[in-house]
Amino acid sequence: MAEEVKLFGTWASPFSRRIEVALKLKGVQFEYIEENLSNKSPALLKYNPVHKKIPVLVHNGKPVAESLVILEYIDETWKHNPILPTDPYEKAMARFWAKYMDDKLWPAATKVVVSKGEEQKAVIEEIQEQLKTLESELKEKKFFGGESLGFVDIAANIIVFLLVAQEALGLMEILTEEKFPVLHEWYQRLVDDAVFKECVPPRERHLGFFKARFGSSTASK
Amino acid sequence: MAEEVKLFGMWASPFSRRIEVALKLKGIQYEYIEEDLSNKSPSLLKYNPVHKKIPVLLHKGKPVAESLVILEYIDETWKHNPILPADPYERAMARFWAKFLDEKLWPAAKKVALSKGEEHNGLIEEIQEHLKTLESELKEKKFFGGESLGFVDIAADIIFWLLVVQETLGLDILTEDKFPGLHEWYHRLLDDAVFKECVSMERLLASFKVRFGALTASK
Repeated sequence: MAEEVKLFGTWASPFSRRIEVALKLKGVQFEYIEENLSNKSPALLKYNPVHKKIPVLVHNGKPVAESLVILEYIDETWKHNPILPTDPYEKAMARFWAKYMDDKLWPAATKVVVSKGEEQKAVIEEIQEQLKTLESELKEKKFFGGESLGFVDIAANIIVFLLVAQEALGLMEILTEEKFPVLHEWYQRLVDDAVFKECVPPRERHLGFFKARFGSSTASK
Repeated sequence: MAEEVKLFGMWASPFSRRIEVALKLKGIQYEYIEEDLSNKSPSLLKYNPVHKKIPVLLHKGKPVAESLVILEYIDETWKHNPILPADPYERAMARFWAKFLDEKLWPAAKKVALSKGEEHNGLIEEIQEHLKTLESELKEKKFFGGESLGFVDIAADIIFWLLVVQETLGLDILTEDKFPGLHEWYHRLLDDAVFKECVSMERLLASFKVRFGALTASK
């Protein structure tokens, strides 16, 4: 049966990249459409009229929006190489932690790149509290998902973006090996993963992206 | 098999009430613990150390937090009277709309409850945009879940809190003429045997009048 899978996304969005990871992990062929967010395509507006945002997955003409919703849809539609656990309690834990990434870490990460001085220091402390929480959740595990990369690891790709932002903007070191040894090891493992590394934005371009968008805000420290 | 199910909640929280609706829909026996949010119990802090919030479901000693996560856990653990559809696409739609309610409607409704005087205007329009979106999603259906009350209807309990706020502050936000579909829908929900056990508009109104009544005096 010929499947038609399209992904509307942007190269620098962690939410978009999450979907690429999931599709590639399952070996699902898809057509990728790069959106220009300052000039959204009629197709994007048609497929996500409520939020007008990427990513949107279109499967056999039917659109799904919201990255975590899309991830669950992918996992339930292509059942091999599961990204969520089968046990309901473990699933609940995975959903809890993915939500934590989006509800806590992401807002703080977006604040840190635009804030300055004392405000920025406060946000950095906030992020480090969150990273402490994640560090103790990860513990001795290889990945948040256990032996292999799963739902929470994919959702935690925000951390990859945070690290690039931190480097691009010359910020106080937020996530360092000495402060967060477990997360540091996890991150190395993630970016070494055959699939995940294909889906990380090209480094120089990504650094340039952060510098261009947020660079000047750190000058007044 | 004796199950031990406990729910840590707060009577005036729509997030807490969602869990009660789901447990009752499935006929699950549970012990309810009412939390005083100004004096949280050691148990709550132990079972939800990350957010320290209600609701928390405890099943055989293992805690689950975050209301939509709890609803999915309940649906996957007690499989009769399902609240989510079986089809993956329909499930994705249900999850999308529940998220919409929590991320769009709830923050706007909260803001209007806490705002005073002129600040209402932009917020009311924003809420009405969201309600328009929900009205067209509901269309001809009895419930968001179709023939019977489902995941999105449970998540949409927030709309009752909006109705209470609107009455308390004397605002016209969700009216029958503007939103006939939603109007019919919430009356249907208030008539539902399980739902009516879990949401008491009278009690909420009384409590809100005490909390927010002072705000209307200065209009």
